[in-house]
Amino acid sequence: MDFKGSDTIPGPRTEDHLPHTAQAAVKIVIVGGFGVGKTTMVGSVSEIRPLTTEETMTQAGIGVDDNFGSDTKTATTVAMDFGRISITDQLVLYLFGTPGQERFWFLWNGLFEGALGAVVLVDTRRLEVSFDVIGRLEERGVPFVVAVNSFPDGPRYPVEDLRSALDLAPDIPIVECDARRRASSRDVLMTLMRFLHSLAMTGALT
Amino acid sequence: MTPPQRQRRHPSPELVEPVPKPEGEGGGKRPPERLYVVAGPDGERADLDLVTLIVARADPPPSATPEQTAMLRLTTAPLSVAELSAYLNLPFSVVTVLITEMLTAGLVQARAPIVRQALPDRSLLEAVMHGLQRL
Ligand SMILES: Nc1nc2c(ncn2[C@@H]2O[C@H](COP(=O)(O)OP(=O)(O)OP(=O)(O)O)[C@@H](O)[C@H]2O)c(=O)[nH]1
Ligand SMILES: [Mg+2]
Repeated sequence: MDFKGSDTIPGPRTEDHLPHTAQAAVKIVIVGGFGVGKTTMVGSVSEIRPLTTEETMTQAGIGVDDNFGSDTKTATTVAMDFGRISITDQLVLYLFGTPGQERFWFLWNGLFEGALGAVVLVDTRRLEVSFDVIGRLEERGVPFVVAVNSFPDGPRYPVEDLRSALDLAPDIPIVECDARRRASSRDVLMTLMRFLHSLAMTGALT
Repeated sequence: MTPPQRQRRHPSPELVEPVPKPEGEGGGKRPPERLYVVAGPDGERADLDLVTLIVARADPPPSATPEQTAMLRLTTAPLSVAELSAYLNLPFSVVTVLITEMLTAGLVQARAPIVRQALPDRSLLEAVMHGLQRL
C-alpha cells in the first residue's frame, strides 16, 4: 500500500468539518447501471465535494473467467462515490452512489442493510439494466423509490407504463428527475423520505 | 414503443438481514458476515460501518505509526469511516483494520450509525426531511 505519510494527506477543508456535536449518521444508497447519473446526483446535493472510497478484490471474488487455469490473481478496484448532507448539528446524512451489480455490494459492510432506503436511478434508454438491482432490493427487503433520469434522447413512457414494465407495487413512488439539478435531486430524496415515513406510519417497514 | 418487462421478486428470508434491535433490547444477534465487530474502549461491541463517525480521543503517542498519526489529525473533528478511506486513499477494509486497532488502543472513539430498524423512528425520518427541505 502506497502510504505517503501524514503531512501530505489533504483532509477536509475547515468549512467541511463536522461539529463536535455530530452524534450519528444515516445513509441512503443511490444505485443504478453504468452512466445513469449516480455520481451526478451525489454531487448535486452534497455539501462537500464528492469523495470516493475504494475496495479491491481479487479475481476469485469477481467471477470473471479465469485465465486458462493460470493462477495469477488480478486485483480489481471497485469505487463508490459519496457525499454528505448535515441534517442537524447532531445528525449527518451520507449518500452513496454504487454500481448496480450486486456482486460488489458485499465489499461494503452492511451498505444496504443499514441504509434508510435506496434510490434506483433508471435510464429509459436502458431500462433493463435496472431490473436485477430492483429485484435484489426486493429480495433484501430494502425500501426504495425509482427516479427516472431525463436524458434528452431517451424514450418517454407514461409513469403507469413504467410501473408495469418495472413490475413495481402500486405504492412504490416513481419520479422524474434531472440529477444535475440540486433541487431535483433533493426532491427525489424527499420522495424517498416521505415513502419511508408512510411505511413507518402503516407499520409496513420491517 | 414498448418498454422491456421485468418480473417482481419477493423478500427472501435468507437475504433479508435481521434488523438490529434498538439499543437496550438485549443487543440482538449480529449477522455473521459482519467482519469488523470490535471491542470498544468500554468493552462493548461496535460494528464499523461506512458511516460510523470516528473521533480522536488523544494526541498521537510517540509510538504512533504514520497512518495512526494521519488518522488522529483527520479526526480532531468527527469523520466517517468512508471519508477517512477517501482522504487517506486507503481501501475501506484497510481503514477498518486500522481503526479497529486504534479503538482497542483507546486512541479514537466510534459513534455508531443509526440503522434501519424494525420499529422505525418517525422523528428521525422527520428530522431528515426537515434537513433536506433546508437545502
Ligand atoms: N440530461 C441529463 N444528463 C445527465 C443527468 N444525470 C447525469 N447526466 C449526464 O450523464 C453522464 C453520466 O453521469 P454520471 O453521474 O457520471 O453517471 P454514473 O451513474 O455515476 O456513471 P458510472 O459511475 O460510470 O456508472 C454525465 O455526462 C452527466 O452529465 C440527467 O439527469 N439528465
Ligand atoms: Mg459514477
